Amino acid sequence: MTPLSSQATPLDTGWDIEQKEVLNALGRRQGIDRWFSWLALLAVVFSLFVLVVLLVDVLIDGVPVLNWNFFTSFPSRRPAEAGIISALVGTIWVMVLVALFTFPIGVGAGIFLEEFVPDSWLARAIEINISNLAGVPSIIYGLLGLQVFVRILFPITQGRSVLSGALTLALLVLPIVIIATRESLRSIPSSLRQAGFALGATRWQVVRSHVFPLALPGILTGVILALSRAIGETAPLITIGALTYIPFLPDLSLRGLQSPFTVLPIQIYNWVSRPQADFHALAAGAIIVLMVILLLMNATAIYLRNRFQK
Amino acid sequence: MTTNSLPPDPNNLWQPSRGLNKWVERAVIWLFGLFAIISVATTVGIVLSLLFETIEFFQVVSLWNFLTDRQWTPLFSNPQYGILVLLSATFLTSLIALLVAVPLGLLSAIYLSEYASPKLRKWLKPALEILAGVPTVVYGYFALLLVTPFLQLFIPQLGGFNALSAGIVMGIAITPLIASLSEDAIYAVPSALRDGSYALGLTKRETIFGVVLPAALSGIVASIILAVSRAVGETMIVALAAGLNPRLGLNPFVPVMTMTAYIVQVSLGDTPAGSIAFQSIFAVGMTLFLLTLIFNIISFWFVRKFRETYE
Repeated sequence: MTPLSSQATPLDTGWDIEQKEVLNALGRRQGIDRWFSWLALLAVVFSLFVLVVLLVDVLIDGVPVLNWNFFTSFPSRRPAEAGIISALVGTIWVMVLVALFTFPIGVGAGIFLEEFVPDSWLARAIEINISNLAGVPSIIYGLLGLQVFVRILFPITQGRSVLSGALTLALLVLPIVIIATRESLRSIPSSLRQAGFALGATRWQVVRSHVFPLALPGILTGVILALSRAIGETAPLITIGALTYIPFLPDLSLRGLQSPFTVLPIQIYNWVSRPQADFHALAAGAIIVLMVILLLMNATAIYLRNRFQK
Repeated sequence: MTTNSLPPDPNNLWQPSRGLNKWVERAVIWLFGLFAIISVATTVGIVLSLLFETIEFFQVVSLWNFLTDRQWTPLFSNPQYGILVLLSATFLTSLIALLVAVPLGLLSAIYLSEYASPKLRKWLKPALEILAGVPTVVYGYFALLLVTPFLQLFIPQLGGFNALSAGIVMGIAITPLIASLSEDAIYAVPSALRDGSYALGLTKRETIFGVVLPAALSGIVASIILAVSRAVGETMIVALAAGLNPRLGLNPFVPVMTMTAYIVQVSLGDTPAGSIAFQSIFAVGMTLFLLTLIFNIISFWFVRKFRETYE
């Protein structure tokens, strides 16, 4: 045992030195840690700061133009007389039409994939297809709409009409509704379906009377989010040729579906791209209106999600 | 009660109308199946509508010239269609956007999943979602009328339209995408891995860099590739703030024209269908579609190949 104890003394001193180094290093390491946590916090704060700057800038520029005339006037060459009535009405038209198209089709497709053919090759193929579609730039949908809705279906849509625009945007947001429907249906416990089947109900009866009503809040949340995406889109509508100067409102009839249209994002784009500062203020005013609509829709979606989440 | 012991006559009992139910069931399956097919038809429609006009375009302009010409002058009497010009602008704006969005998005994701208390996280996530929900035309306004004048204070030679401010604002716009998807990936790393790392004496930051980020790497890389795909297809910010000057090169201070901005420019003009300018937007659209498709496939493949699974 003597060799070991003789070696113990140099080992001890060595240990002391190392302990100091370790402690010093630990201080340094924890210092870096602290810096890093501040840096990460800074990243979040910076993103939110940009959001606040954006909102404040738009409010400062846009609030002065918000008056009754602004909401009831058509666009004009003279900034003082210009308003957003045709863009606002166009946005409402597009929103209603997109809702009418995407709700039945998206929910139907979601129910089909989740309730009728789960775990089939068809469901998997469509799932891959949908995730691919979600990655396609929105302007490409505009090119699709230009070919299919504006040109091929001209007899029905009359070209660059509000119907063509709504159909294009409906295709763009359809994947969002399908995915939301599937996720909402998936969260309904299967015991509910089993109970229905045990009573002799068909699959459709179970879905219609029990599963669908319970899944509805989740589905509606998805639909609202899809609609808020649709009314903020600009590029596809420019591509299908929505006009920027619309001095009339579409009729509230089937003929109205075929009339030319404009929407808030296109009006904003038009005003921002002009050199005069007066038009930039109008753009800021229109942005406020658009953002308020979007915020209201998102608040509704959050309310629905919280109200019915159990 | 003895009189009731006989079984009732089946013909007198109420019977569900099985025939009708079966018919409704079949009709619903067919109708909803048709709805589901619409999403496939959309993909087919996109490919076909791009393909037809692109083929027409390449009967006039050779593919070789399209890929190698160094000028984009569709309106000149001797038009040249060198896609490299538009590609260089798209590359430049996307690169600037990523230089902003990757550090911001990743750090935000790390903060949200590793540092923020659950209560704070509950507030911060929706706030970032608002940033993601701002329409891109609003970001365009912001880039052109606020960020460019601000940057001009420091860079006097910066043009009124430039790739720099468009790229920076686009980076802000895609930061929530990277933050949200990366946060999902980081959050999914089991805490046992972190505990093991702490037990070995590593600090929190060392654990994040040495253990958590490598474990979440596939999800993080996938989120970045998706962000690239988004940046390449982004339209309104670049159409408003980057300018409409087709120019080959990577100078961020001058106006450039991206692929998406070209499509917007032609669409705003009154270009007759069947003209070469009309066909050219489909050729550019096809290039854009293929580019984003490649990025999406790489992202999909990367997740599959490098995903770490934990039991």
